[in-house]
Amino acid sequence: MTDAAELRDRTRALLRAHPPATTDRTDFLRARFDAGLAWVHYPPGLGGLGAPRSLQSVVDGELAAAAAPDNDPRRIGIGLGMAAPTLLAHGSDEVKQRFLRPLWVGEEVWCQLFSEPGAGSDLAALSTRAVRDGADWVVNGQKVWTSSAHVARWAILIARTDPDVPKHQGLTYFICDMSHPGVEVRPLRQITGEAEFNEVFLTDVRIPDAHRLGGTGDGWRVAQTTLMNERVSIGGARLPREGGMIGPVATAWRERPELRTHDLHQRLLALWVEAEVARLTGERLRQQLVAGEPGPEGSGMKLQFARLNQEISGLEVELLGEEGLLYDDWTLCRPELVDFTGREAGYRYLRSKGNSIEGGTSEVLLNIIAERVLRLPAEPRTDKDVAWKDLTR
Amino acid sequence: MSAQPDLLYSGTENDLRAAVRSLLTDRADTPALLARVESGDPYDTSLWDTLAAGIGAAGLLIPEKLGGQGAGHREAAVVLEELGRAVTPAPYLTGSVVATEMLLALDTQAPEVADLLEALATGHRVAVPALPLTTAPDDAPPAGGPVNAVADAVRADVLLVPRPDGLYAVEAAEVTLTPQTPLDLTRPLATVAPLGEDTPGTRIADAPTARAAVRRGLLAGAGLLASEQLGLAEWCLEESVRHTRERHQFNRPVGSFQALKHRMAQLWVEIVNARAAARAAADALATGSPDTPLAVALAQAYCSQVAVHAAEECVQLHGGIGMTWEHPAHLALKRAKADSLAFGTPGRHRQSLATLADLPAPG
Ligand SMILES: Cc1cc2nc3c(=O)[nH]c(=O)nc-3n(C[C@H](O)[C@H](O)[C@H](O)COP(=O)(O)OP(=O)(O)OC[C@H]3O[C@@H](n4cnc5c(N)ncnc54)[C@H](O)[C@@H]3O)c2cc1C
Repeated sequence: MTDAAELRDRTRALLRAHPPATTDRTDFLRARFDAGLAWVHYPPGLGGLGAPRSLQSVVDGELAAAAAPDNDPRRIGIGLGMAAPTLLAHGSDEVKQRFLRPLWVGEEVWCQLFSEPGAGSDLAALSTRAVRDGADWVVNGQKVWTSSAHVARWAILIARTDPDVPKHQGLTYFICDMSHPGVEVRPLRQITGEAEFNEVFLTDVRIPDAHRLGGTGDGWRVAQTTLMNERVSIGGARLPREGGMIGPVATAWRERPELRTHDLHQRLLALWVEAEVARLTGERLRQQLVAGEPGPEGSGMKLQFARLNQEISGLEVELLGEEGLLYDDWTLCRPELVDFTGREAGYRYLRSKGNSIEGGTSEVLLNIIAERVLRLPAEPRTDKDVAWKDLTR
Repeated sequence: MSAQPDLLYSGTENDLRAAVRSLLTDRADTPALLARVESGDPYDTSLWDTLAAGIGAAGLLIPEKLGGQGAGHREAAVVLEELGRAVTPAPYLTGSVVATEMLLALDTQAPEVADLLEALATGHRVAVPALPLTTAPDDAPPAGGPVNAVADAVRADVLLVPRPDGLYAVEAAEVTLTPQTPLDLTRPLATVAPLGEDTPGTRIADAPTARAAVRRGLLAGAGLLASEQLGLAEWCLEESVRHTRERHQFNRPVGSFQALKHRMAQLWVEIVNARAAARAAADALATGSPDTPLAVALAQAYCSQVAVHAAEECVQLHGGIGMTWEHPAHLALKRAKADSLAFGTPGRHRQSLATLADLPAPG
């Protein structure tokens, strides 16, 4: 098995063969992928070495010390966090060979065509149709809230292939070419003023059957891989104390004594405690993963961060007094990534409202914890044994 | 920033937990506990002997050369998680943690200190600090006279009494102990008063040493109390889940109602967080980290509230049965509420954090 020493050697060899200072960024990233040092737990030939995931930090540490370029993970979060694990678990060899390298390098951005106007929390109720036509599928429908669709080259897509069976059974999972002429992306302006997400209209979009992931009708099961990874990825990053949203408020508090009030002080201390405990919880989760004992704790992290981000940024707006009444910029722009720290308190306050909606609402996450972790009984359901076409809409 | 604390449980710690849990399950289950509490003497001496000497829990903090296990705060924290789960009356937090830690801060070469530690290590004797249970790590200890709300004093053989000129070890027979009626029946309280001028006990430390020792003892007590609170909260959630899965109303288990599920899921999230906070405090104490005061204040500010929340929810989610004497939920509630005052309230610890985290109060 690959150990830390071997990984260190391989990383140094990569750095010798492709010195970051004189190598083009994309070339360096491709070479890193080909050396199996992109994500070491992936299989050889697909950017990895089949090594334990915990050893990635060895590679990352060496590369950071050598000031090597990274693949700007924030710009390609959906690809790395959701598309890649799904491609790896359910893609054919050709699919994995074709897509994983440009995905990881960042040459091809991915987006997620899941939610629809009529299907959000109840994703399995979606109505975008895919109909088989020779070697292809023909897709028609509308998706919504699609982050990064305006910069994406590819998408992971779930569509209905059989309306006559119960909703979870009639779904199929595809890779969709965002450059197909039948794909129309329209910006959706959000409460922050910008348009980070989009509406996506799909009209007679042709998808080759080779771009189906998993069996026909197996889309729900495949989607579980995506959704699980979406919620787990949040616990991954290691933050220093005050590394999250609490940082800017704490700094303002220290630097501007004239803003302080007793009420704000009490609330700030309470939130500081929660933020620091949440950070430790993330650190504990990371230690569990490294020790090979992953627990269900990750599902709690997203909930916790959503609430904290909202409360902390709300406090920050209040703390700023007159300045809290101002907003940095309402111009409609279409950002490539979400940047919490590069903007001001008002933006943080508004953007963090999405944290309890995107990637599964907080209410839905509480349902999941209650039923899957605590094993509390499910609510009685009326939608399980009914053909999708007969459901109320 | 200091190195990341180790927030997991080691194999040894898990084995220790299993041993303590099986002991408490066998010998200190709810009916046994209720019967003891009723009797007015909640302590089970033979249980203490097995826990203290058999399992070796009393001497976890004490070095081997002084007759202890030479383990540390991480292990003691695991014992406390289990004692918290079972709400067991035992002078563990007060004796095996706070008093022991105070003595370890003194000159352990001195025979009167070494001998006492050796007797504590086996649970053969019990010492507790003569301090109100509410004393926070940076509070000044009482300067003499009767002291109220001294936890586990009635179970102690020796009291560690801070006086203006130092720390004294006083035999229990040489003080007047007046039991008080405690909110938490599983942690008896008493007023401790000097018996007379001629029975001062043995002075075991001068004033500055005593001050530091008291602070160190209370810091360990507050830090490890978080683990007791964690165990208690876990028990409350497990019981609530169990009950609401079984209890049927409206032709379905009440645990299938989303209003209740969300409350229990929320508690679970809090407990996951409390575990990280409690482990961080135990690890900081064990490694002597410079971050210890902050880690302890953080754990107390967080875990106290989680335990109270879990216990209050436990009563509510049980409905009428939760209000009965017969069901153990009340024991957990009383312990949780009393614990939230012990070694400083959450608000008190947040005030400490204002200094420790450099978030000063206005003006
Ligand atoms: C910033 C942002 C980015 C996003 N990016 C993407 C993306 O890239 N791709 C994509 O496919 N989707 C994306 N989404 C969509 C997101 O996944 C959905 O908005 C989300 O799943 C909720 O669905 P909905 O909006 O239809 O709300 P609904 O499902 O209609 O929910 C409305 C309310 O009802 C509650 N509710 C629903 N069901 C239950 C239940 N069973 N129990 C209790 N309460 C319930 C919800 O919690 C919510 O409060 C994004 C959303 C946001 C805000």
